[in-house]
Amino acid sequence: MPVLLEATLKSAVLLFVLLTGFAYLTVLERKFIARLQARIGPNRAGPFGLLQPVADGLKLIFKESVTPAQADKPLYFLAPVLVVVPALILFAVIPVGKGPTFQLASDINVGALYVVGVMGVAVYGITLAGWASNNKYAALGGLRASAQVISYELGLGLSIVAVVLMASSASLADIVEAQMPGNILGWFIFRQPVAAAIFAVTAMAELARAPFDLVEAEQELTAGFMTEYSGMKFALFFMGEYVKMIAVSALFTTFFLGGWSGPFVNEFPALSVVYFAVKVLACLLLMIWTRATLPRIRYDRLMALGWKVLTPVAIANVIVTALLIVLGVPGFGS
Amino acid sequence: MGLKDVLTRLPVGFLTVLKTLGRKPVTIQYPEQQKPMSARFRGRHQLKRYEDGLERCIGCALCAAACPADAIYVEAAENTNEARYSPGERYAKVYEINMLRCIFCGYCEDACPTNAIVLEPIEFPTGYTRESMIYTKAMLLEPPPPGVPDTPQQTPPGKYDRAILPFPPIDESV
Ligand code: SF4
Ligand code: SF4
Repeated sequence: MPVLLEATLKSAVLLFVLLTGFAYLTVLERKFIARLQARIGPNRAGPFGLLQPVADGLKLIFKESVTPAQADKPLYFLAPVLVVVPALILFAVIPVGKGPTFQLASDINVGALYVVGVMGVAVYGITLAGWASNNKYAALGGLRASAQVISYELGLGLSIVAVVLMASSASLADIVEAQMPGNILGWFIFRQPVAAAIFAVTAMAELARAPFDLVEAEQELTAGFMTEYSGMKFALFFMGEYVKMIAVSALFTTFFLGGWSGPFVNEFPALSVVYFAVKVLACLLLMIWTRATLPRIRYDRLMALGWKVLTPVAIANVIVTALLIVLGVPGFGS
Repeated sequence: MGLKDVLTRLPVGFLTVLKTLGRKPVTIQYPEQQKPMSARFRGRHQLKRYEDGLERCIGCALCAAACPADAIYVEAAENTNEARYSPGERYAKVYEINMLRCIFCGYCEDACPTNAIVLEPIEFPTGYTRESMIYTKAMLLEPPPPGVPDTPQQTPPGKYDRAILPFPPIDESV
């Protein structure tokens, strides 16, 4: 029973942090992009625009929630939930700090597998939303989403395989431990730069974030799969996207940036959470910076990049990594 | 895009965007900050006065009739020599412009027989509520010239028997 209670409490805290994080990530994104474009960004609601998420949320609550007459109702209502839930439960296996206090289920030995699986489920929400809306734009967006995610999942999974090989464990807690041979060079981003690059690109595509946001390409598809969604259901899609951004940043941190590791974590375990948060924030800023820099990629190029470049390179990387580990090259294997 | 391009051009693009971070934002924080307007800019309406402080508007409501957006509401009342607002018989007791309806076409300006309503390069209406966007006569009327009493004025009988005082020469310099 205490185990259950502990897990419930931790989940509640995690949910609270994630939802607050989501709300303020939207402000951070708008402000940071604005600065990157020599603008100021939202600053009217509250001091420095800090109440902007509250204003946005209230607005969305009071919006009429329209359901298209021809929509497939059960799926139409289920789709936003299917987007948000996987994004939230991804966090179950991510060690956000040192020691069991800051970890929920990060010691399960199939953690990496769980991550790949849950990330794959998230696309169902988008595809079903596109299907259930009974709208051409939405259907096209949903189709693009499934094609895109299937293509990039391979690269993503294979880059994680390389990490799992390096750590010789699929548990995320072990993966973090494996990156701590005393100095920053132990981070897998330095020992597995190719896998890190592939993970970064494919994760961005999985998220359907710019420059891979073909799923909701507003110039061609109005709003893609969310065309028919309004009010709180729209807010759920929005939330799903941003929570997934946080989740993917947390995963990148865990797999490649040494997770919660940093100086003095042994003396002050709470410091590890701070390191983790800082690293996640850095990843998020990088993602926003990318959005401000790159234009949307053309669809055939997207497919070509996924199938002709990222997947083969990821396979080669796995083979090379495996060879280096078998040959016992220093720095590889444990 | 080959690998060479990815490695050489992509960083250039990213750095270009990052460099903007150090630039001063170009945003003008309206309405606290405003761009200087051209002297001939046709902005918000102003109700004009004569040099002796009397209002030009005679409450004829021709502007309201001319307005394509139906944004003007005029209610006229009679002038007396004890409480005189404008030369002539009547003045505008209520004069309201709904700035949310107005399309700033300037037809009211053209319609006015006394040149009372003029679009001027002055601060533009902003507000959070619809009510605050209905501009009343008090907000639209220009202040009386220095040293001249505000309306209503007390005037000698027989002085103002015409609706329109002679126009001052039009200033062509602006
Ligand atoms: S500017 Fe045009 S729309 Fe505005 S009050 Fe005058 S006539 Fe009406
Ligand atoms: S502003 Fe001019 S047109 Fe309008 S009521 Fe007054 S005098 Fe008449």
